[in-house]
Amino acid sequence: MPSSLEMGLYVFMLATFVGLEVIRRVSPLLHTPLMSLTNAISAISVVGAILIISNDEATTMSKVLGFVAITAATTNIVSGFLITDRMLKMFKRREEKK
Amino acid sequence: MGSLVNYIYILSGALFVLSLKWMNSPVTARRGVFAGEAGMLMAIGGTLIGHHANWEWILAALFIGTAVGVPIAYIMPMTAVPQRTAMSHACGALAAALVGTAEYYQRQPHAGTELVGFVMVALVIETLLGFLTFTGSLMAMGKLQEILPSRPLVYKNQNAINFVLFAIAIGLGVRVIMVPTDTWIFPIFAGLSLVFGVLLILPIGGADMPTVIALLNSYAGLSACAMGFALDNKLLIIAGALDGSSGLILSIIMCKAMNRSFTNVLFGAFGQIQPSKAKGEQRPVRSASAEEAASILEAASSVIIVPGYGLAVAQAQHKIRELFDTLMKRGIDVKFAIHPVAGRMPGHMNVLLAEADIPYDRLIEMDDINGEFAQCDVALVIGANDVTNPGARSDKSSPIFGMPILDVDKAHTVMVIKRSMSPGFAGIDNDLYYMDKTLMLFGDAKAFVSEILKELPAAVR
Repeated sequence: MPSSLEMGLYVFMLATFVGLEVIRRVSPLLHTPLMSLTNAISAISVVGAILIISNDEATTMSKVLGFVAITAATTNIVSGFLITDRMLKMFKRREEKK
Repeated sequence: MGSLVNYIYILSGALFVLSLKWMNSPVTARRGVFAGEAGMLMAIGGTLIGHHANWEWILAALFIGTAVGVPIAYIMPMTAVPQRTAMSHACGALAAALVGTAEYYQRQPHAGTELVGFVMVALVIETLLGFLTFTGSLMAMGKLQEILPSRPLVYKNQNAINFVLFAIAIGLGVRVIMVPTDTWIFPIFAGLSLVFGVLLILPIGGADMPTVIALLNSYAGLSACAMGFALDNKLLIIAGALDGSSGLILSIIMCKAMNRSFTNVLFGAFGQIQPSKAKGEQRPVRSASAEEAASILEAASSVIIVPGYGLAVAQAQHKIRELFDTLMKRGIDVKFAIHPVAGRMPGHMNVLLAEADIPYDRLIEMDDINGEFAQCDVALVIGANDVTNPGARSDKSSPIFGMPILDVDKAHTVMVIKRSMSPGFAGIDNDLYYMDKTLMLFGDAKAFVSEILKELPAAVR
């Protein structure tokens, strides 16, 4: 049975290659929305923050740190996804316009 | 219960990959955002199923975050997108750094059993990257918002000082890894990471922002990824790795578009280089009025517009759209040539022009449009400078020698809207302005385009 570090490294390696291949295909036209989307996705650290707060041994300090972390990450998630969608709505083809 | 959460995480990870995959075309991109949202909701929901102790803290934080996030997304003007992106890098990195800090203090009493080897390594990487990206992104935001001067700030031995500081931070990090019980080291380590973030961005100038923002994006992702290793959570590793590779690819593209290396961007302090040509040398330029410009455009059959950061500053995108419509109605073929580093972040120009309702099939990338300049009647440069400098092709002494440029100088006529003859950001004189076929249109981009528009209906009669 591989250790959790080994498993983690496997996942990391595969996810990086998938990421590189997928992102390479994104048209430069959409680089700005892409960045705000990946930004929202990287706010997945909210999961870590929830785990910290909900730990039975959570001290007041880790609750406060976790609280700030969840707030910051949620701001990113909400504004990141919404603004990406707002940007993408603006990309129109000519046929649709006329 | 635990395994259910893990299955939810697997689905969520798959949705994130699909989300990025769908971003490859404007047709499917909005579906991509939806997949991302679904993935994120599942991740948060799944986590809450298994872990809801102290739920009042969690709910309150989720609520505040949403209350702050929604207005930001709707009020933020499109011209401020680079600043917002920098700000959200800062938020994301702060979250990761704080979780790392909390994790360290929470698990530190059980140092012998829980904080073994690689968990500590992951925590140290997470907090180091998190804190330095936090302050670095705040600095980038300040520079983009022009609260801070956007020119590079340099001082003597800057690189040496940065290097020593970074080495000390790494040294302390290694020490914390070796002896996790020495809690007093951790605050110093965190503080140094914060300071290093500031110092790293000080020497970065406005023109390098696209690269640096992409790099900070990558760091924020890697920080989340390190958190995944520390918490043994595969979903965090996947999402972090996707974000990290996205930032990496974007910064590589930006570097290539400027023909520079990472180290050169980070430590080169671009823009400090003095102009290679003697300053006193005054070369003659031809300038033209809006009326003349209008009649030249009128007579053209194909026009390529080259937008740059100046367009964003002047907020001229809607006026440009009017010009685009007016010319297109007259049967003139109008296209936009987009240089990869035009603006202050990757894809900046595309978003601005799309906001003004310019169809995206008219926005052409550098490699695809460069061949067309030779057949084009008029190239209209608006607020772009270094990306049009033919010196990058021929002048070996030029600091931007070798940088891929838009071949604007090959057009039959070149018109440049510019406030004055002052050299651009990099302080490099642009030979384009002195060519016989170049007409300089001096003025604010928005005002000048409005004047051209006023002349255009008159010209048709």
